[in-house]
Amino acid sequence: MTILLEGVTVLVLVTNLLLLSSSRLNYCIRVVAAQGALVGLLPLLMHFNELAARVLMISLAGMVLKLLVFPWLLLRAMRGVDVRREMEPYVGYSLSLLSGVGMLIVSFWIGSRLPLAIPGLRHSVLPMAFFNIFTGLFLLVGRRKALTQVLGYLVMENGIYIFGAAVVLEAPLMVELGVLLDVFMLVFVLGIILFHISRDFDHLDIDRLSALKDWHGAEDEPAAFAPEHSRES
Amino acid sequence: MSLSGIISLTLALVLCPLLIGVINRIKAFFAGRLGVPLLQLYYDLAKLLRKGAVYSRTSTWLLRAGPAVGLACVLAAAALAPLGGGGALVGFEGDLILFAGLLALMRFFTVLAALDTGSSFEGMGASREVQFSALAEPALLLGLTVLATGTGSLSLNSIYSRLGAELWGKAAPALVLTALAFSVVFLTENARIPVDDPNTHLELTMIHEVMVLDHSGPDLALIQFAAALKLWVLGSLIVGVLAPVHSGLLWLDCLAALGGMLVLAVSVGVVESSMARLRLMNVPRLLLGAVVLTVLALILILR
Amino acid sequence: MLIALFMTPALAGLLALIVHRDSLRRALLLAVAFCHLTLTAAVWLKPPVSSPSEFLGLDPLGLLFLSIVSLLFVFSAVYAAGYLKRVSDSTQPDILQGTFFARSAEAVFTCCLLEFLATMTLVTLSQHFGLLWVAVEATTLVSAPLIYFHRSLRSLEATWKYLILCSVGIAIALLGNFFLAVAATDHGGRGVPLVLRHLLAHAGELHTQWLKAAFLLFLVGYGTKMGLAPMHSWLPDAHSESPSFVSMLLSGALLNCAFLGLLRIFQVCDAAGQGQFARDLLVLFGFISLATAAVFILRQSEYKRMLAYSSVEHMGILSLGVGFGGVGVFGALLHSVNHSLTKGMLFLVAGNLLSAYRTRNIGEVRGVLHVLPYSGALWLAGFLAITGTPPFGLFISEFTILRSVVSAGSLLAAAIYLALLGMIFAGMAASVLNMAQGNAGLERASDAISEPASSVIPPLLLGALTLMLGLYCPAALTEKLQQAARLLGGF
Repeated sequence: MTILLEGVTVLVLVTNLLLLSSSRLNYCIRVVAAQGALVGLLPLLMHFNELAARVLMISLAGMVLKLLVFPWLLLRAMRGVDVRREMEPYVGYSLSLLSGVGMLIVSFWIGSRLPLAIPGLRHSVLPMAFFNIFTGLFLLVGRRKALTQVLGYLVMENGIYIFGAAVVLEAPLMVELGVLLDVFMLVFVLGIILFHISRDFDHLDIDRLSALKDWHGAEDEPAAFAPEHSRES
Repeated sequence: MSLSGIISLTLALVLCPLLIGVINRIKAFFAGRLGVPLLQLYYDLAKLLRKGAVYSRTSTWLLRAGPAVGLACVLAAAALAPLGGGGALVGFEGDLILFAGLLALMRFFTVLAALDTGSSFEGMGASREVQFSALAEPALLLGLTVLATGTGSLSLNSIYSRLGAELWGKAAPALVLTALAFSVVFLTENARIPVDDPNTHLELTMIHEVMVLDHSGPDLALIQFAAALKLWVLGSLIVGVLAPVHSGLLWLDCLAALGGMLVLAVSVGVVESSMARLRLMNVPRLLLGAVVLTVLALILILR
Repeated sequence: MLIALFMTPALAGLLALIVHRDSLRRALLLAVAFCHLTLTAAVWLKPPVSSPSEFLGLDPLGLLFLSIVSLLFVFSAVYAAGYLKRVSDSTQPDILQGTFFARSAEAVFTCCLLEFLATMTLVTLSQHFGLLWVAVEATTLVSAPLIYFHRSLRSLEATWKYLILCSVGIAIALLGNFFLAVAATDHGGRGVPLVLRHLLAHAGELHTQWLKAAFLLFLVGYGTKMGLAPMHSWLPDAHSESPSFVSMLLSGALLNCAFLGLLRIFQVCDAAGQGQFARDLLVLFGFISLATAAVFILRQSEYKRMLAYSSVEHMGILSLGVGFGGVGVFGALLHSVNHSLTKGMLFLVAGNLLSAYRTRNIGEVRGVLHVLPYSGALWLAGFLAITGTPPFGLFISEFTILRSVVSAGSLLAAAIYLALLGMIFAGMAASVLNMAQGNAGLERASDAISEPASSVIPPLLLGALTLMLGLYCPAALTEKLQQAARLLGGF
């Protein structure tokens, strides 16, 4: 079981690296779905000895949600806008990958420094959780497309879920339900918003959602918002 | 100067052209053809050795020295590389750095010879080769570091002889990641798809082939043999990680290693037939990914 | 009683979805608002003896914030009823685009408004950290459609930023919850349940490292929701693009609820002996927020964004008050009451200005005193109130906080505090006075510049309350404030 857990851990780490380096949105959505499934497996592997039917059901529900429902919603949003790739992100792909290595090292360092009183906790679970959180934040900040930001948020939630499942022993139900509800509502609401953005803006480029800002440079007027801005692709 | 060392070097020298033959045969099979005979490279080498070489008037001693130095380097590397679990001919502490250095020296002289011809195609190929190798070398060295850390020694010989089922039991994910990274390095250094297409006729798309475009006769034979030997040597690194067989019987270990090399050749053929070549822009990303995998493996094995 | 406080608006919200007639729905909104207020008043008069479960409970701190939410909601509901009635009769051209825009279905809007009240009530009632987190998350989700009421491109952008930033903040707060759970676990793997009462009782046994990390995560997470700089960037957009009565709730009630979340973890930290660490962090963020607000108010071009930055400023002041401790805690709690009332008034008046002048730009609004006499007077009064001019209530609370800063010994901090407040006064004065005076630029105003009662009475009453609190603080309120302050280690 240890080796299986280690294997799943490494796979989750590799999915994060894949997300950092890929520009194809279709691929990224599927990688996030796979990561969700792997993350759903983790509580089963970690608490293999004290497996309750309840934990099993919650894990399965979570995996179904992340493997089927979320990708379907996101792919629908993507198809509605006909966005295929993330071009020119704020942080280039090679640099993202190198930053990923940096974040990996930092996560392992943090994981080794935190004193944990929980008996029997695997060594690499905590760093994996932190790496997920860092990757999610990095995707949120470093990418332009709204869809990638949603993916970054999902990755971050995965990381928090891993942490919660690994560390919180009693009331794991609360943990899982909380995170699942959070993510589900958010993806639902975000799906609606993305739909509206795509319908009104014709694009999913966060960089162009910049009418509201305070640094106007020389002029005092807010940027004149002509309707043709939304029509260009 | 152990028996296993002599045997492994002999096997390397004799059987490396066969690997190329296997790869070509597999590709032909996927293409629905019968393909060239398995021993084709032997015939080609024999033919080339009988021919005379033609040298351009603008070239210097570098063009003549390039193939010879390259073969010498890879022969020395073959003496260092262990075949499967068996011992290598020569081994000492820190020889894995010498190993990487020998491959680098071979590459360096090939590049110099290519630049020496004065042709722009060779120069283009040289610059690409150097760029990709600059990214692949950290992956190779870090991967070897992972193995060295895992087995606690700095000699290729002892690393591969200690690499066995117990290390796999302790650190399987790290070893898998290292093997993956080594595979990427293998494909890059040997100019295989998805990095370079060995069958392309278009010089603008070549990386490795174009560097040796101006060689002929015995020089070309040396280059081709050196390429096959490099394939063998790098392949033995991968086979040693993925299929470490230490039964204690020399012939069994050798047989297992040969079987592993065969499987490796077949998989290279399969990969070449099923994948398309990557855009040149994306090859650095692939190599960077290999480096990151080795870093991850290093972190995993250091804990 | 406590369950009723939460369930009434929750169920009414669902009911609002089914009701077809607009007038019936607005009546429902008003009814629920007043009902909620009466329930809150009942709790003031007769505190509930026992709570139904461990998860819900009402201590003085929660009751204080609940009252603010309830009171503000009543005013908002009255204004909303009038506003919705007016706009449903006409399709308004969008302010900046000149094209007609659609409005979201009023039923969904009313439902979200009522659910907003329900979730904010739940935040004040929760005694369990997990439930608190769920409630704060729920407020984010139900308030997003409220911001998107005017379906324009700018409000869509504002809603997007709001959702993303607040969700990231809430996710960080969730991680903080987990850190807290780890801090509360001992070596055997058993843990203290994340109920406030239990945590305070076992405060000495909590792991210090994890608790400090948890506090930091809560500070960043709930601080994002609260509007502390540098996590505040969603605030100006969201508060300026939503309809005014929604902005009022967001600024006056929601920010306080996020602050409550922060205060709960502060209570635990203080009881565990990490109070000084927590206070230092609060002071740091308080000053950063104050400075950021000062810088952005000085050259502000839109008046609703100016009010939003003023909210950032006041959240910073709240943070400072609790951070310096002592009498500053009392000052901070009084300040939260005063600020909510005043900011509510200002946003409602800003709504009046917007519907009259049809522009958000400060430069284009002139002569408010002539065009809209009542709103103009309220605008000036509100400006004086929000910047802490006596005799309004905010002066008392800001002065109290100043006293605590000085008595904590750092005169430099006091000097910086006063300097920043002065900068904000100057910045706002320039904008507000320019707007209020001058000849009316009547070509930008609509034809009928009427001031319906429902748009003037609520801000007038709020202003009167602020004035009253500046002159005389009722004993019941003072006592409740002191009880709450004592919970936080102040007096």
